[in-house]
Amino acid sequence: MTPIKIAVASGKGGTGKTMVATSLASVLVSEHRVQLIDCDVEAPNAHLFLKPSINWSSPAVIMIPEINEERCTACGKCVEVCEFHALAQIGTRILVFPQLCHGCGTCSLYCPEDAISEIPHQIGEMSRGLTTNGVDFLMGELTISEPMATPIIRQLKGLVNEKGEIIIFDSPPGASCAVVATVHDADYVLLVTEPTPFGLHDLKQMIGVLKATGTPGGVIINRDGIGNQQLESFLEGTPYPILMKIPYDSEIALGLASGNVLTDFIPQYQSEFQSLHRRILEHYAKVSA
Amino acid sequence: MLKRANPIKQCVILSGKGGTGKTSICAGLIDISSKHVEGVYVDADVDAANLALVMDAVQQEIHRFTGSKLAFIEPEKCINCGFCYDVCRYHAIKEPTDDQPTHQVIDLLCDGCGACVYGCPTTAIHMEAQEEGEWYYSTSSFGDLFHAELFPAAENTGKLVTMVKQNAKLFAEEHQKSLMLVDGPPGIGCPVISASAGANLALVVTEPSVAGIHDLNRILQTLKHFDIPTLICINKSDLYPEGTAQIKALAQSENLEVCGEIPFDDDIPKAMIAAQPITQYSPNSASSRTIEQIWNVIYEKLFHQDGKV
Repeated sequence: MTPIKIAVASGKGGTGKTMVATSLASVLVSEHRVQLIDCDVEAPNAHLFLKPSINWSSPAVIMIPEINEERCTACGKCVEVCEFHALAQIGTRILVFPQLCHGCGTCSLYCPEDAISEIPHQIGEMSRGLTTNGVDFLMGELTISEPMATPIIRQLKGLVNEKGEIIIFDSPPGASCAVVATVHDADYVLLVTEPTPFGLHDLKQMIGVLKATGTPGGVIINRDGIGNQQLESFLEGTPYPILMKIPYDSEIALGLASGNVLTDFIPQYQSEFQSLHRRILEHYAKVSA
Repeated sequence: MLKRANPIKQCVILSGKGGTGKTSICAGLIDISSKHVEGVYVDADVDAANLALVMDAVQQEIHRFTGSKLAFIEPEKCINCGFCYDVCRYHAIKEPTDDQPTHQVIDLLCDGCGACVYGCPTTAIHMEAQEEGEWYYSTSSFGDLFHAELFPAAENTGKLVTMVKQNAKLFAEEHQKSLMLVDGPPGIGCPVISASAGANLALVVTEPSVAGIHDLNRILQTLKHFDIPTLICINKSDLYPEGTAQIKALAQSENLEVCGEIPFDDDIPKAMIAAQPITQYSPNSASSRTIEQIWNVIYEKLFHQDGKV
């Protein structure tokens, strides 16, 4: 069986991405090797549900410039080539602003005096562990006050188990760079949304991302029944089929609030998520044919 | 320097976790506050901008937003030396294929750093600024709204957030407004930092769930780092009483005030469908009354205690 990378994304926050990602992982792990990567490094939550025992962690770093004062002639080349204004010249000194640095290495590449070395600057942490049912779990956490999430997501992607059978990416909300970093190498994207005007508006943004990355996807309607029919009417004219509906249910809300995986506290959902997986594979096979 | 007697007060609404109810509560606060204070309103969640949907906003101006740059390789100049491929740390350069005989930039992966540009031996690469979104000035029966849409898959560095806020602030100064309410994005990274810059007060909307509390902690630490006075309100407060108790304990240990507890209310999606703030859709509901109470606390902090919480 070929590995299939499934990203769970939404546009709007709080629609149930983590609920879907953790349930899917928990159900599929009984028959497959499953890896789950929580790519929402600003607000990572999957570990609160899966409760893995973490056995590995590593700082997530970007390489930032360090100026060798003895070699630096203050020519200003580094300041000139930095697109992110992370370097500034004050008199004969070059100042580095780590929070603005993207770690691209352009400054050190073009320094004519070879006066710039690169040193690691920690922007977060990555952890890995196993859940009791055997999911290979990975997450990243952005350090408080650091702005850039995407370098951590890219580093997490470097830890994808290419021998895994199923790899699930739990995406951050939104529809910009961090989401692109999460979904761009996925084979399939599950779009979790709710039948409200906000859910629909943000789903359209997310569909825009899928058009840009060229990734196929299907939709899960969560809290079905709280809103109106607009979402379903919109989806009729798109290549994104509705794969599953989860009704609004206060039992689900309470179970999730207290940190449980849906398929654990309502076992009837196990077969629902198994059929979801079948539908994903069918749709994936159809669109990639 | 000439100083305004009453500088504009900025309040930003944040949450850490997405979907806790920032926009619905913000719309309610706009409705109620507009009866007492002249304000401008900003939707700073440019990835998923929803505030205009419940304010019955009428677009008056559309502005293009040019954000980050991308590299472009001119195929006629490229000699396939591979320099760009070697220096790119974002794996954004595609090697030649049968269909495309020269090196190419993969737009989605390009960070716009320019590492490939300056050293290209045939100067075949240049940078082009990208149109990455739009920002709008709209009017509504509640007042003036500044909002934006980042194009899907664009880079959200907080630049568009800053742009919208700056324009809102200039407008507010010009029209002698006293309040700027900012509906912020989820998370704690760059767009949140941009949305919070210059804020006199932050209102954090949280929910009693393990995920909500985990992310509440992260946004509180972020606000503490940037030294922004903070109030907490608990949405869907009756959903999981144990969680509500935990939030209160966390607030107490951080010495922060919980200024309102909004019970779960199925009128909130209905108000959204009616394209109205909840306070207008069902003014006498428990949630509307609590939003009014939250506004009173915000008003007190901003205008009588100078943001000191």
